[in-house]
Amino acid sequence: MIELLGSLFILASLAFFAAGSIGLLRLPGVHARLHALTKADNLGLGLLVAGAGLIGGDLLLALKLLLVWLLVMIASAIAAYLIAGHAMNDREES
Amino acid sequence: MEITLWHLLDSLLAILLLGLGWAALSGTDLKRGVVLFMAFGLLLSLIWARLRAPDLALAEAAIGAGLSGALLLLALRDKEKSENNLGQPGFLPGLASLLLMLLLAASFALAYVSAVTGHEGGRLAGLAFGNLEQSGVSNPVTAVLLNFRAYDTLLELAVLLAATLGILALGSERRPFRRPGVLLEGLVAWISPLLVIVAGYLLWAGAHAPGGAFQAGALLAAAIVMLRLGGMRSDHLPGPLVQRWLLVGGITAFMLTGYLASFLGLVFLQYPDGRAGLLILLIESAAMLSIALSLGLAYIGGRPSGWENRSSRGRSS
Amino acid sequence: MIETVLLTASLLLLVILITGLMRALIGPSLQDRMLSIQLLGTGGVALLILLGLLLDIEALVDTALVLALLAAVAAAALTRREKRHD
Repeated sequence: MIELLGSLFILASLAFFAAGSIGLLRLPGVHARLHALTKADNLGLGLLVAGAGLIGGDLLLALKLLLVWLLVMIASAIAAYLIAGHAMNDREES
Repeated sequence: MEITLWHLLDSLLAILLLGLGWAALSGTDLKRGVVLFMAFGLLLSLIWARLRAPDLALAEAAIGAGLSGALLLLALRDKEKSENNLGQPGFLPGLASLLLMLLLAASFALAYVSAVTGHEGGRLAGLAFGNLEQSGVSNPVTAVLLNFRAYDTLLELAVLLAATLGILALGSERRPFRRPGVLLEGLVAWISPLLVIVAGYLLWAGAHAPGGAFQAGALLAAAIVMLRLGGMRSDHLPGPLVQRWLLVGGITAFMLTGYLASFLGLVFLQYPDGRAGLLILLIESAAMLSIALSLGLAYIGGRPSGWENRSSRGRSS
Repeated sequence: MIETVLLTASLLLLVILITGLMRALIGPSLQDRMLSIQLLGTGGVALLILLGLLLDIEALVDTALVLALLAAVAAAALTRREKRHD
């Protein structure tokens, strides 16, 4: 039962990863594509971590997974800012 | 032979690896090549994970995906933007590389065919697992690296030191980066201690789980890279004398242990009974610091600025 | 049963990541390629977690942690500029 719920979470996370990937391909411009990435980082990885925590069963493992998710979210937010700033500087210089 | 989902996954990974490798090397834009090379390292880490080699996956994630990319980017910075495009190779170099590639392809094909159709030889893994209890650690990779084949690891550290000496001989360090924006400064502020903590965790865990000196050293080097990107100048590093000792620390720990063993009547680098675990931890700690500083100096690009002052001590810079 | 689900999820995730990599190959500007690498990094973390469950290797979660940290370092290294006159 718990494993079933975990599997559902994991499959749902794939939808958000797909959204991120397709958005990266189809949206126009760097700044728009940034938005696509955040879908994958937040809900994509979040649902996956939730599902993996349920399937894994170990509390310590679940805490580790939670830490990884928080880390990825914070780090990608900052990385997105850095990349956007880089793009803007490029535009100013050109 | 039935096609399982595992075969699909493996084939996809293999094709992606070849494709990424080709894409990284083709084309004329070098920055594009570096970015694709980072992706290649990342994919390689995933493949190691799939092949049940978490120690290698850890090392590849740290070194291949992160540090090598950062180093290559530094090399690109020296050139003007227009110089970052390669020209076409001449006829003779092109022919030579084609022949080399054919030779490599033939060797791989031969290896693949003999692996699939040949008879299974004896596996060394059995020997390693059989002697694992006496090794002092419970992670078989660490046991092989730091106990059964410790001499090889000693020589690897010597090679790393030789490379570092080459880097130091090249000249002074690169220009430090200017003061970063507030968000990057914030990132550096919390990610550097986190890298240090995870490095310490990997060093400790290396005895019973995947990890060890190389992975921990690479993470510490990533912390140095991060600090450097955040505008750290070299006078914030420990002094030249400390740096010199740290650089040779790994080899020194190995040699001292080896001579200690000879002194006790054992073979060089044979651990005394029961002490193996402790000695391995000490050696790994020293090696971690050496590796970290070596990689860090590679990123800094040469002699840190404080080194010139030592000439009065009789050592030439 | 659970193994099949995880394996299928891994396969689908890999296909999704490959399509995301297209942006790294095409993407006109350097920043487009950097974004693709970021996505690959997050997807790689996800794939490592899935593989960790599939192969029952808990150390792969440690690897995912390391990958997350190094992806941040890579992004910082890619976007940092050395000023000409320092």
